[in-house]
Amino acid sequence: MFFKRLALAGAVSVAATAAYADGHATCDFENTTEITMLSAAFEAWVAVTDGMAACGNFSPELDQEFRTKQPEGFAADPSLYQLGGVSNGTITPLLNAGTIRPLDDLIAAHGEQLTPNQLIQIDGQTMAVAMMVNVQHLMFREDILSDLGIETPTTWEEVLTAAETIQEAGVVDYPLGATMKAGWNIAQEFVNMFGGFGGTLVNDDNTPGVNSEEGLAALDMMMRLTEYMDPEYLVSDSTYVQQQFQQGSIAMANLWASRAGAMNDEAESQVVGLVATAAAPLAMEGGAPATTLWWDGIVVAANISDEEADAAFRTAMAGIDSETVAAAPDAAIWLIEGYEPNDMSAGAIASATANPAPPAYPSTTQMGLMHTALGDELPAFFTGDVSAEEALAAVEAAYTVAAQEAGLLE
Amino acid sequence: MKFKTFIWFVGPSLFLMLLFIALPLYAVLMGSFQVTQPVMQTVEVESCSAGFLAQTCTTEVRTIPVLDEETGDMLTTTEWVGWLSYERVLEPQRAWAAITSLNYGALMQIDFWAALRFTLMFTFITLPLVIGVGLAIALAVNNAAKSIRGPIIFISLLPFIITPVIGSLSIYWLFVGDGILTRGIENLLDRDIAMFAQAWTIELLMLFYRVWHVAPFAFVIFYAGLQTVNQDTLESAIIDGASRWDRLKYVVIPHLMPLIVFIALIHLMDAYRVFDEIVGFRAEAHVTSLQYLTFNFLQPDDAGNRAFSRASASSMLTMVGIVILLIPLLRRTWRDHKGSSH
Repeated sequence: MFFKRLALAGAVSVAATAAYADGHATCDFENTTEITMLSAAFEAWVAVTDGMAACGNFSPELDQEFRTKQPEGFAADPSLYQLGGVSNGTITPLLNAGTIRPLDDLIAAHGEQLTPNQLIQIDGQTMAVAMMVNVQHLMFREDILSDLGIETPTTWEEVLTAAETIQEAGVVDYPLGATMKAGWNIAQEFVNMFGGFGGTLVNDDNTPGVNSEEGLAALDMMMRLTEYMDPEYLVSDSTYVQQQFQQGSIAMANLWASRAGAMNDEAESQVVGLVATAAAPLAMEGGAPATTLWWDGIVVAANISDEEADAAFRTAMAGIDSETVAAAPDAAIWLIEGYEPNDMSAGAIASATANPAPPAYPSTTQMGLMHTALGDELPAFFTGDVSAEEALAAVEAAYTVAAQEAGLLE
Repeated sequence: MKFKTFIWFVGPSLFLMLLFIALPLYAVLMGSFQVTQPVMQTVEVESCSAGFLAQTCTTEVRTIPVLDEETGDMLTTTEWVGWLSYERVLEPQRAWAAITSLNYGALMQIDFWAALRFTLMFTFITLPLVIGVGLAIALAVNNAAKSIRGPIIFISLLPFIITPVIGSLSIYWLFVGDGILTRGIENLLDRDIAMFAQAWTIELLMLFYRVWHVAPFAFVIFYAGLQTVNQDTLESAIIDGASRWDRLKYVVIPHLMPLIVFIALIHLMDAYRVFDEIVGFRAEAHVTSLQYLTFNFLQPDDAGNRAFSRASASSMLTMVGIVILLIPLLRRTWRDHKGSSH
């Protein structure tokens, strides 16, 4: 009897090890075509590519520099990658160059698991399949706020009041954190806040629209928030803010939903179970939350044979199935069937479903130029070198030159 | 040597120099006078994006590039624009207005001039420090007991071996936020310190880092030079009653002068292209350099736009700057060379 039980236990553990070794993933078809994929390297992509690897002959390239490599890689003929991981910001160059293919036929053949919400459509054609949404939303130390009797802030004014109270109590080094690193990050913060005040970044005739009432209001609010931040906020990116949270040195931040899982990672976080999320705060009464909606998803290259595209798409479908969600439920706000929102995703969902809802980050050439201009010119305002008006005028000037060079403006 | 033999010897390297130096330079020069842009069209596009529960669809007017119907490539036009890209980089009118009204702040608002200010400051402050520190280490090692010279040389060379980006990143991590060195200084001085919150502390760290990193190079060259100092001259100087300082000033330094010029040449070229520190220290909000400016123009944004023409113009300007800096030193070397051959 004893031996029988021992043998059984051994068999179970062997089976468990085997299941663990292939990452719990299975694939319903045997892939015989070499498939490569280039995508960003964050946790959700690791989970998805693990799922795709089960089909065989699949080699993913997870690289944070994917945005510089992707346009050239896909423009080659044949394309260097069959699949690409993009977001609504980074799909633009591929769309513009026509190097990704419409997926409608492939979805009809192999995409029965997809929901309409996952289909990214341009002029009626599905160009990408989204697997997750991402959004910057309010994350806060629940314990600190309840100790000090602060209600969860819903507007940026309330965030300021709360920050003041936390500052006076002196329970953390800095009440606020923010992804204000010069360049892409600070520009994104401005895009969020500016949208929260209802501004239009680029007009329909491609002229800039940031030097406006809304622009001044956004900069003013951002400047007031910096008083409660680490003075080195101009070098602070998402990872830095995440670490500030994990080490307990900040109490609130408008941070990416994809970073929420790390708060409860016992290996690196000292605040496990203490961080909660809420909708991104409103910038003005009756406005949308001051944030933008992002999706991440998969595209298929145009410059490959139809057979390759077919195999690539089937492999991709194996990666964005319920199994992946089950294996990594906290890695993202999945759009995939089987996803059960947990406590940490409450903020992202509240932001995305707010009424009025925040806009999706626009995938346009103009937006790329505007984002760069904002990232280059706004830091001078925060270092105190120029006034808000001068900074916004400089953004418009930088955008205009870039747009002229890109052929968008005369 | 026969001319034919000479050509056979230098031919391959001449060819490679043409291929890898002259040709790219020519391409950049041409690029700086041209603007290539895609042909754009304005169309109304309905696009649907993923929300959490439902799709959000919007119809909007978009300006997108025209694709060639046969090849599927983007249609582009290339135009000769003369000095336009240089004007866009230099912004001469704005700069002149700032200079004539003696408004230093306004001049520093133009990226190029702010970058030039830092680049020149960086180059001219690190140059004497690198030569001075390098010479000091060389003299110290030369006077050290033979038995410990090996280990000292090895240790002094370490900073030079480290990859520049890695070196600057480690300095960054030592000082940023609650880095251990910042913590240490905070404990000593009993006050809060943020090294990366203002420009002057970042610049100070950059100067320190560059001297720390390059001084070993100067040291090795000087140390080799010190081995060739004529011992008879030194001894006769001692007999003449020359002090240690006098010997250094009248015998050693004149002997090392060609090496000093050599190191100055190399260092000017390197320091004028300062780049790793900006990236490593994430200093772009506070200080940028000319090389960083070119990089920033070339870096594609999310939509894939790059400012090739302005990048070409700015790298041509960087090259012109280096040549201007090197002229005095090159003239000196040329004079010495001519003097010695006659």
